[in-house]
Amino acid sequence: MARLLLVFALLIGGMSGGSGALAQERSSLLPDIPKATGAPHPEGNEYWRKNHMSLMSHDRDLTMRDGDREIGASLKSCFDCHAATDSAGTIVTYESEQHFCRTCHDYVAVKVDCFMCHRSTPDGVDEGAPHAAILPPPALRDEDGTSIIAYLRQVGQDNTNQGTPGND
Amino acid sequence: MTDMNPDTSQKGADISRRDFLRSGAAVATTTLAPGVTLIAFGGSAAEAKADAGKRWGLLIDANKCASDCSACVSACSTENGWKGNGNAETDVQWIRKITLNNTETGREVTMPMMCQHCEDPPCVDVCPTGASFKREDGIVLVDKHTCIGCRYCMMACPFKARSFVHEPVNNQKSHAPRGQGTVESCTLCVHRVDKGGVPACVEACEATGHGAIIFGDLKDPQSDIAKRLVEYQSVALRPDLDLNPGVRYSGL
Repeated sequence: MARLLLVFALLIGGMSGGSGALAQERSSLLPDIPKATGAPHPEGNEYWRKNHMSLMSHDRDLTMRDGDREIGASLKSCFDCHAATDSAGTIVTYESEQHFCRTCHDYVAVKVDCFMCHRSTPDGVDEGAPHAAILPPPALRDEDGTSIIAYLRQVGQDNTNQGTPGND
Repeated sequence: MTDMNPDTSQKGADISRRDFLRSGAAVATTTLAPGVTLIAFGGSAAEAKADAGKRWGLLIDANKCASDCSACVSACSTENGWKGNGNAETDVQWIRKITLNNTETGREVTMPMMCQHCEDPPCVDVCPTGASFKREDGIVLVDKHTCIGCRYCMMACPFKARSFVHEPVNNQKSHAPRGQGTVESCTLCVHRVDKGGVPACVEACEATGHGAIIFGDLKDPQSDIAKRLVEYQSVALRPDLDLNPGVRYSGL
């Protein structure tokens, strides 16, 4: 809370000083969490920030195992309010750093794998780029080992040219 | 999606209140000592949608199944968002049409084939993580959160009903999450069933006018499917294995 107040004070200071430098600096220190739409969580944002995973995994088991579909905490209903948009106003996928989940998870260096199976946008919003691959895209893959062979040839060539045995 | 609860005001309802409501009306609280509380929940089984008093099943009449029709397969694909990648060996297949040919008589029938939702599912027996499970109401599912993609269940299934997802997936349906490295199969459109609906294949077959697939509760003697099973001859596939599948066939 104290830190939030400090940030707020800095923000005010930055604005009254007529320079956006401090405000700019703030966004590089803490994640820029996209604004949500809809009514706020009655439990408060702090509660949800801390407990969202427990709530979601609790409710997902009830839905899947027991068929309870009247569940509040689901990825699907998260996107009712937390579908983040880019500067052009388009809803972004998990591919984008502006995705609601990624803003914090990137900040704390936690990679979530929810979106390998779940869609990362509300229903009806196309997920353009595939973001769910375990392997890197084919362009970056070395499936038949050609690049390693090319590399070794190159090294061999360099060593021959220099006339030194390849000790390295 | 329009089929979810549109009441957003309920979504953020107080957690304790939500759990309280879910557990049913009858809740008795007894304070034994300061800080020690006994809470007895009543009616929670009735609140859950997967009802142990039901057993969902299908009755497929092969005589009514047209050989040139695959409406059930395409309806399933559309409903659950699975599709092939042009590789017949690895493409997923929740439901497929198969042809039976009697070489003696020359009689040929086609029928849809999918997860048979066994009472004693071999896929559940062999699953090392508990991801493969059977719901109270007899629907056999894969919990993809715990599936490690070992594919034992695929080997155990005598009906070749399960598929492994080889390719990365996106644009899934929100009611049917699916992803690379997990096993999947027919869910009997559990998202529809939980809301009182019928599976997409049944609906599509009905729409074509063939009406070859009937969906219903096998435990309810008044249901259409139970009455038909009483009246007409039907078989379970691989009866020798004694799996008691929820999917039954007639006219084979």
